[in-house]
Amino acid sequence: MRGATRPGDRIFLGLARGSGIFVLVVMAAIAAFLTYRASKAIGENEANFFTTFEWNPTGVPAEFGIAVLAFGTVVSSVIAMVIAVPVSVGIALFITHYAPRRLGGTIAYVIDLLAAVPSIVYGLWGVLVLVPQMDGLYGWLDDHLGWTGVFDWDEGPARSLFTVGVLLALMILPIITNVTREVFRQVPRMHEEAALALGATRWEVVRMSVLPFGRSGIISASMLGLGRALGETMAVAMVLSPSFDINLSLLNAGGGTFAQNIASKFNEATPIGRDALIASGLVLFVITLLVNGAARLIIARRKEYSGANA
Amino acid sequence: MAKRIDVSGLNAYYGSFLAIEDISMTVEPRSVTAFIGPSGCGKSTFLRTLNRMHEVTPGGRVDGKVMLDDENLYGAGIDPVAVRREVGMVFQRPNPFPTMSVYDNVAAGLRLNGKYKKSELDDIVEKSLRGANLWNEVKDRLNKPGSGLSGGQQQRLCIARAIAVEPNVLLMDEPCSALDPISTLAIEDLIGELKERFTIVIVTHNMQQAARVSDRTAFFNLAAVGRPGKLIEIDDTERIFSNPSVQATEDYISGRFG
Repeated sequence: MRGATRPGDRIFLGLARGSGIFVLVVMAAIAAFLTYRASKAIGENEANFFTTFEWNPTGVPAEFGIAVLAFGTVVSSVIAMVIAVPVSVGIALFITHYAPRRLGGTIAYVIDLLAAVPSIVYGLWGVLVLVPQMDGLYGWLDDHLGWTGVFDWDEGPARSLFTVGVLLALMILPIITNVTREVFRQVPRMHEEAALALGATRWEVVRMSVLPFGRSGIISASMLGLGRALGETMAVAMVLSPSFDINLSLLNAGGGTFAQNIASKFNEATPIGRDALIASGLVLFVITLLVNGAARLIIARRKEYSGANA
Repeated sequence: MAKRIDVSGLNAYYGSFLAIEDISMTVEPRSVTAFIGPSGCGKSTFLRTLNRMHEVTPGGRVDGKVMLDDENLYGAGIDPVAVRREVGMVFQRPNPFPTMSVYDNVAAGLRLNGKYKKSELDDIVEKSLRGANLWNEVKDRLNKPGSGLSGGQQQRLCIARAIAVEPNVLLMDEPCSALDPISTLAIEDLIGELKERFTIVIVTHNMQQAARVSDRTAFFNLAAVGRPGKLIEIDDTERIFSNPSVQATEDYISGRFG
């Protein structure tokens, strides 16, 4: 019964193993590059890298910190997620469980098109159309929620973190919708029938069978979207009117994000300036890793309840 | 409250395809009626018309009358969701909600129907699990996922879930076909107990099972593939298996079929 392994198996094994190792090597190389260049800059830095509200790596003494960038990146991405995740899940549910088949297909196609729009186009549209149009919403938010401080608006141009968040929401909506749609489509018929046979309405079927089954898929999709929002560069750089301070009122212009800051400063930066920007890029890299790790933890913690072992 | 089912002139379609034609029968309360017949003869389709699950399939529609005591399930203004709360169903493959615990699975139907106090819910869950002969096996793991049970236990969990809402009728679509013989026996014993309280209709491919569990047996057949399935005859189980009045039934149960 002994036989030589077939060449096809060996080649496939080699390819698969090679690809797996390749990914790890690339990740390690990126991390090593970022860490090496970043450490040079941080060695020159006279100020606290994490808490300083300033970006002046060429000054004497050199002082720069990522506080403003971290705040801007996280806040704009959170706004984007808060808007995009519920809307995306809603669209995906509508396509898979409510819309007539043809209408659902059309909507899915249009969403696919949205995913293909380059971010520079979103940026142009954002600065030329969205920013001027935000005034009405801003006024309303200022009137009704201005007392919170978060939505306090001084009537300047809407080139703020909030507008960036709205634009990012539109940009990540297609990817979240597409992934959740695929997950919802894979809900086993028998889970839905289980709910139906108990006398569940359509919404109750969604709540009892579809959403629990799709839960880890929704989280994964959101993380994909969040990854894009955290790293989005051009659209943010075009819409945001940057400044190096933290403004808790999200409607006022100012602030910055990691990617936007790197893009707008990199070309004119001195070598030390570039290393400083790379140090900020390293922080973005770490944030992305942490976000993904957290998502995996959430999924793993409820694994025994997941639809996968049905 | 077990109720009588009275079907008359029922046709069911998938799109323009007539799947079952002109079916009329009566199912007595607190009895077990078995549907037998070759694959594709429409017995499962017919079963699914009895709780309006057929129309959930895209293109599925029904005409005819299904009376549950004195109410027509297909009457004007009848809500299919309400029908399914009266007529419970157990499927071929055990389908507990995978994300829910054993307890929550049993309570799922109750929570749809309204608000219960925790203590009431506890009582009904225990009673239903006892009713499904599952209580002793799961009482220490009520908060563990239902999908962690064995196949036979999962199916009894599904039965507990179905009877927790006290339906008038319990439909079973080949409930044992995915189970081993011991689990099958457990379910068959259970059916014998449940018929004290419910009207039970069971579809089965296993003729010994039909002979063991049912009081009445209905034989379905179709003239050819692509033709609608029809009810050939329904009679006391003993008579169907000893001296059926139609030759096709005798051929089928004695294995001289097809």
